[in-house]
Amino acid sequence: MATMATAESRPAVAADPMRPALFVVRKTSRETADTFTLSLAPAVPEGIHRFAPGQFNMLYAFGVGEAPVSISGDPAKPEMLVHTIRAVGSVTRGLRKLGKGDTVGVRGPFGTAWPVEQAHGHDVVIVAGGIGLAPLRPALYHVLLHRGQYGRVVFLYGARTPADMLFARQLREWRSRFDLEVEVTVDRATAEWQGTVGVVTKLIGRSPFDPGSAMAFVCGPEVMIRFTVAALQRRGMTDPSIFVSMERNMKCAVGFCGHCQFGPAFVCKDGPVFRYDRTLPFFGLREV
Amino acid sequence: MESFERILSEHAFFHDLPAVHLGTLVGCVSNVKFGAGEFLFREGDAADQFYLIRHGRVAVEAFAPGRGSITIETIDEGEVVGWSWLFPPYTAHFDARALGLVRAFALDGACLRAKCEKDAELGFDLTRRFARVVMQRLDATRLQLLDLYGDHGNG
Repeated sequence: MATMATAESRPAVAADPMRPALFVVRKTSRETADTFTLSLAPAVPEGIHRFAPGQFNMLYAFGVGEAPVSISGDPAKPEMLVHTIRAVGSVTRGLRKLGKGDTVGVRGPFGTAWPVEQAHGHDVVIVAGGIGLAPLRPALYHVLLHRGQYGRVVFLYGARTPADMLFARQLREWRSRFDLEVEVTVDRATAEWQGTVGVVTKLIGRSPFDPGSAMAFVCGPEVMIRFTVAALQRRGMTDPSIFVSMERNMKCAVGFCGHCQFGPAFVCKDGPVFRYDRTLPFFGLREV
Repeated sequence: MESFERILSEHAFFHDLPAVHLGTLVGCVSNVKFGAGEFLFREGDAADQFYLIRHGRVAVEAFAPGRGSITIETIDEGEVVGWSWLFPPYTAHFDARALGLVRAFALDGACLRAKCEKDAELGFDLTRRFARVVMQRLDATRLQLLDLYGDHGNG
């Protein structure tokens, strides 16, 4: 079987990847009606988990179970592990019930990362749809912290409605920056909404970046990724300059169990961030 | 008039339009502006114009009793709004409202139809440009209908 090449950035795996470390909930924030953010600190000072933008952890809600959750915090501030979670299953609903001082099991970080260093000297286009902003926020933190290393930086975000937008306060801050082009759109508007209405792919055609030198990071529902990639290609971007984050049913997170198999790759170990041309033979295949 | 042709040619909708066609179109074009809240056209109006947006944002809306105006999509600088002038009965199907100051080129539909009848090449070129816009909007609408970011029970 042919092996799928890995994404460009492959951080080290935790020493004992199957053993959860104890973390304590320091803060919970409600983002939207069904999405919340947990800020976790290690139960012991030496338990800090350094991570790279795009990686995920397995979060264990004791007595309920374990679920893969992208890290949404700042990689330059690893002392606080931040996850933004949509409560859609029993584990994530269990995590939502946690309060300050409660304990969570954490395995990780796992998976490949957005190639933020490879993007030095390039324009960067970050396209997020819905909860897909969570795994992209660390990349945005990194890019903004090292802003001088990049060309133009464009951030495009699509949400279902204005009320479904994540990180609303931060979005306003980002929009006020002169070194970051931010465009936000919603699929369904309310009467008060004065911004763009329409799918996120629509923003790509008019965004100020050089398709010949840009690198794109894309995360969201798979259909949104497909159409976003097509829009980036229409703008003139090539497949090797497009990176996507895939979502599959990750269980062990270390490539043993096979639940997240994607063609010859395991999303937990070889992804979740893939260079688009390396997923191409399997992208959109119904059997995969 | 030469500079007007140049400005028109710089709009994304007319990108690469042959100069001969641009020369023909110029006679059907006027420069217009709308203040915030003003309607470019309303549902049921005679669709005698379409607009190339040069500045600002336009909301394409439908009015629903009890709910008010519902924005279906927004049209920004570099885009085009209005294609009902191309097909009978030449009436607008939705409202188009300026969300702030909007500057646009208004193209007279009746004038264009007459010119397209006489010049099949121009007619084909314009129809192809509008077909591309219609296809993109249809794709976008289909994606919106999929409710991609809704809770579909995974995770």
